[in-house]
Amino acid sequence: MNAPATTASDGRRPSERARARAAYRRAQHRRALLVAGVATALVLGAVVYVVTTAPGWERAREAFFSPERAWEVLPEVAAGLWLNLRVWVVASVVALVVGLLLAVVRTSRVPALFPLRILAVAYVDVFRGVPLLLVLLLVGFGLPALRLPWLPVSAAFLGGLSIVVCYTAYLAEIFRAGIESVHPSQLAAARSLGLSRGQAVRRVVLPQAVRNVTAPVASMLVSLQKDSGLISILGAVDAIRAAQIATTGDYNFTPYVVAGLLFLAISVPLTRLVDAWSARQGWRGELRGVAGAGVVR
Amino acid sequence: MNALQGAPLLALRDVRKSFGTGVDRKVVLDGVDLDVAEGACVVVVGSSGSGKSTLLRVVDLLEEVDDGQVLLDGEDVADPWVDADAVRARLAMVFQQYNLFPHLRVLDNVTLAPRVVHKVPRAEAEAAALEMLERVGLADKARAYPDQLSGGQQQRAAIARALVNGPELLLLDEVTSALDPELVGEVLDLLLSLRSEGVAGRPTTMLVATHEMGFAREVADEVVFLHAGRVHERGTPDQVLRDPRQERTREFLRRLR
Repeated sequence: MNAPATTASDGRRPSERARARAAYRRAQHRRALLVAGVATALVLGAVVYVVTTAPGWERAREAFFSPERAWEVLPEVAAGLWLNLRVWVVASVVALVVGLLLAVVRTSRVPALFPLRILAVAYVDVFRGVPLLLVLLLVGFGLPALRLPWLPVSAAFLGGLSIVVCYTAYLAEIFRAGIESVHPSQLAAARSLGLSRGQAVRRVVLPQAVRNVTAPVASMLVSLQKDSGLISILGAVDAIRAAQIATTGDYNFTPYVVAGLLFLAISVPLTRLVDAWSARQGWRGELRGVAGAGVVR
Repeated sequence: MNALQGAPLLALRDVRKSFGTGVDRKVVLDGVDLDVAEGACVVVVGSSGSGKSTLLRVVDLLEEVDDGQVLLDGEDVADPWVDADAVRARLAMVFQQYNLFPHLRVLDNVTLAPRVVHKVPRAEAEAAALEMLERVGLADKARAYPDQLSGGQQQRAAIARALVNGPELLLLDEVTSALDPELVGEVLDLLLSLRSEGVAGRPTTMLVATHEMGFAREVADEVVFLHAGRVHERGTPDQVLRDPRQERTREFLRRLR
């Protein structure tokens, strides 16, 4: 909302017209608040009514939202979450580095890299198109079957590897878009100064490319954190698996809710952080226009 | 200026360049000859689309020619077996849209090529860059990012970036065309002083594409009128701009007024 101009900053008394406008805006604002409040109350009320009058509500509440059970399993599930966090950090770093390398290889023009370029294209095509779950199953159960002596076969390692394999493909595509978003005039300026193509890419194109895609990359990493829960299907005792173990025997599903809340407790602040951070980056878009990129914006 | 003394620094011989193929083929340079002697200033004028920018980009090896020679000190640099990076490092170009690197501070924009291409140690490169920024009147903006500068300041920074390597030839591509009218003066004044006083006591050799007839009149040793990829008229500024012989040139100058 615009601040109502009841008093001008220079101490000048606003005109009759300005005060009438301000009063009207305040009235509109109050009305908007009222409508939003009533609508929210109606929706919430309807949801609560439907859920609490459902025939199975009493049993569902006990099975999913038992506070005592939640408190009991919290340490185990939180310990599982620690594995998720470790997988998240390691997989993020590896996928970022390899993804960026793939994007650079794919956009390079060095003839010697041609075979790698073909491989990069094929890799991205395949792993962007295959569901992560399927990759997990194939890697998790397929690789150990090879009985390679040097290959760790822990579920956490194989699960993390699958996540890296898929997210590298997603990130490579984002980085490629970033590289292509840098206006050709930047490359021309760098080459004109005598920089070789490689020097120009490293010093001029890549720094701008990475800045241009920080927001989508960050949101991809948030989503990786969440997908780290999928390693539970290989038996790694992460938050989800720990919750699953806790549900066996008594058919109380509260541990799942606990695991969900723990994931939310990490991903929601992370998302907000990323949003706030990319909003602060706003000036960079402006800068590109000013600095002579021309029509792109 | 004595354009006949010795071999010219830059000589274009029958340079041809077209874009596109088939029906879309557009001939941009249709057999251009041009000489720039060391220490001279040659100004190329002509309406937009006449091939001025392409001409400069061809010299800077940012475009490959279809045919003809680009002779730098007698060596044909249009040959594909010539080390293009080394040739570009001897030249410098200033672009219409400045093309500063937005992620680097002004100082780092200026020191990038000395450090990366000419392997000058950082401290030395920064000292030289600060001196050059002083020369273009931007010493106080060394730590600023390009987007914190006005258009005129950005273009002066781009000129400093071009000059800091001590180029043998400075290529200026419509360097005032993107500027607000009140900012054109500061850039033209700088270019005028580069002609009269030069850098390190040496007047800068320039090949300029411009719409600024006043500037052309003041600094050019030779004015070349380009139309549809051909040189239609060339001579001293007085002759070409005040007393043109060709109807095309007269028409162009009439439309400018």
